[in-house]
Amino acid sequence: MQKRAYYGLYIVIAILAVLPMVLPNSFYLDLAIRMAINAVIVLGLNLLIGFAGQISLGHAGFLGIGAYASAVLPTHFGWHPLLAMVAGAVATGLLAALVARPIFKLKGNYLAMATLGLGIILNIALRNEATWTGGPDGMPVPAFGLFGFELSNDKQWYWVVAILLTVSVWASLNLIDSPFGRALRALHGSEVASRVVGVDVVRYKVAIFVLSAVFASLMGSVTAHYVGFVTPNLADFFHSIELVTMVVIGGMASVYGSLVGAVLLTALPQALATFEGWETVVFGAILMICMIFLPKGLVPTLAAKFDKGDQA
Amino acid sequence: MSLLEVKDLSIHFGGVKAVQNVSFTIDAGIVYSVIGPNGAGKTTLFNLITGVYKPTSGEIRLDGESIGGKSPDELARRGVARTFQNLQICMNMSAIENVMVGAHLRLDRNLIKAALRLPGLTRRDAELRGEAAELMRFVGLDKYINARADSMPYGALKRLEIARALAMKPRLIFLDEPAAGLNPKETIEVDELIRKVADSGITVVLVEHDMKMVMNLSDRILVLDYGKKLAEGSGEEVRKNPDVIAAYLGAHA
Repeated sequence: MQKRAYYGLYIVIAILAVLPMVLPNSFYLDLAIRMAINAVIVLGLNLLIGFAGQISLGHAGFLGIGAYASAVLPTHFGWHPLLAMVAGAVATGLLAALVARPIFKLKGNYLAMATLGLGIILNIALRNEATWTGGPDGMPVPAFGLFGFELSNDKQWYWVVAILLTVSVWASLNLIDSPFGRALRALHGSEVASRVVGVDVVRYKVAIFVLSAVFASLMGSVTAHYVGFVTPNLADFFHSIELVTMVVIGGMASVYGSLVGAVLLTALPQALATFEGWETVVFGAILMICMIFLPKGLVPTLAAKFDKGDQA
Repeated sequence: MSLLEVKDLSIHFGGVKAVQNVSFTIDAGIVYSVIGPNGAGKTTLFNLITGVYKPTSGEIRLDGESIGGKSPDELARRGVARTFQNLQICMNMSAIENVMVGAHLRLDRNLIKAALRLPGLTRRDAELRGEAAELMRFVGLDKYINARADSMPYGALKRLEIARALAMKPRLIFLDEPAAGLNPKETIEVDELIRKVADSGITVVLVEHDMKMVMNLSDRILVLDYGKKLAEGSGEEVRKNPDVIAAYLGAHA
């Protein structure tokens, strides 16, 4: 049963390997890179939402910390970009761990409100600290280089994010099918039963919250260097919602669902551009239809159609 | 010395005194049953001893160590397992994974090692899968070893909970109405299963309404009524106790 889940990984690798050869121009390459970046964030978020059954409506805030660490630290303090990226991730991890204990005493709607508030506070901080962050206008981000080699063109960026995505899929699959992952899914299935078999549920919720926040922060840094510019919009409420929507549309508790959700929702606004002023309306309608007919998300619903046996 | 010692245990929910000054001891290796009419406080007593509720007052000692108010995961570390009256199966997982979760504390739960799929961890997990399948056979779930939990019938899920509890390798297991909702044939099978569990050296504490099963299995019986201890003794003693007869039949003793 578990072996089969890894077959998907080979398909992902195959697609990622072939994609640059079939993409007609740099517009699509750019789109593919943004899809892959979102996919990594959504993978982390799905571990929290889909597998552990918790919610975060403030994940873009963590993404913002990573992005601005990569913008501010090298620009104002001359830090090496890699060091800035790690510092952003560590800061995010510490912040997430600090707020997680009180937050995870809450459940359901209250948990959603608390994470929502956290995201909004982070966003406000980025907007208002204009001396450092450029305020609402944002700021440029220096290029990312390592050992004298600088990531300059999209082809190079593509391979970097493709590798990051592959490793993330592999690590997520590993994690789910491990004692840690089982405990995580068990506390989603029945919190009292998992406590009784010895799972320290708060510790597990905190751990996965921190992990997914660090994922978001690292990918925030990658986004910042790739785009070369950061604005507070990266960290705003709508971006948080967009990420959660990717998890839900693709499929909760589905690794490949995360990828599908990220790919679709990154592409959809582009595909709908022809509707001009109406694209958000059409976008919303598509999401509603998906939720009505595929309430478990795309991948789990389709998987169930083809297979009545084990879940991947 | 007795394995479990409960002294003057009480819990109040607002004005409701669900359990009041209950005292008893359980020796290692026996089957100890708790019976009583609906609402007598049996499940509340289980929740108190397994750490789901914190007692208002009183003492609980396991092997002499005070465990009153300790959390369920701390009790799990001390070898206390339980099942639930209303099923608590993780429907988002496969049947065998539910059993494997029972072995949580016996495994390496490191996140980094798990993400990197280190060979030691996967080897142990593969072994555990074998152990879990063995446990499923032990409780009579042979044909559900590859099933998803949400595709299993109620009677099978009841046993799956027992298998999960056994995966903890507990010293003491609390079974909360394991035969509730089962047909007579299934009830006899569960009866036999509990006997097997007790014979394997695990102390069993049972809450059950099926009197035939209780009388058949129990070494000692505690009778609760309105949260108070009404009687305690062997099956024979309890059956003849006028207070117990009054509580069950509503007669005036």
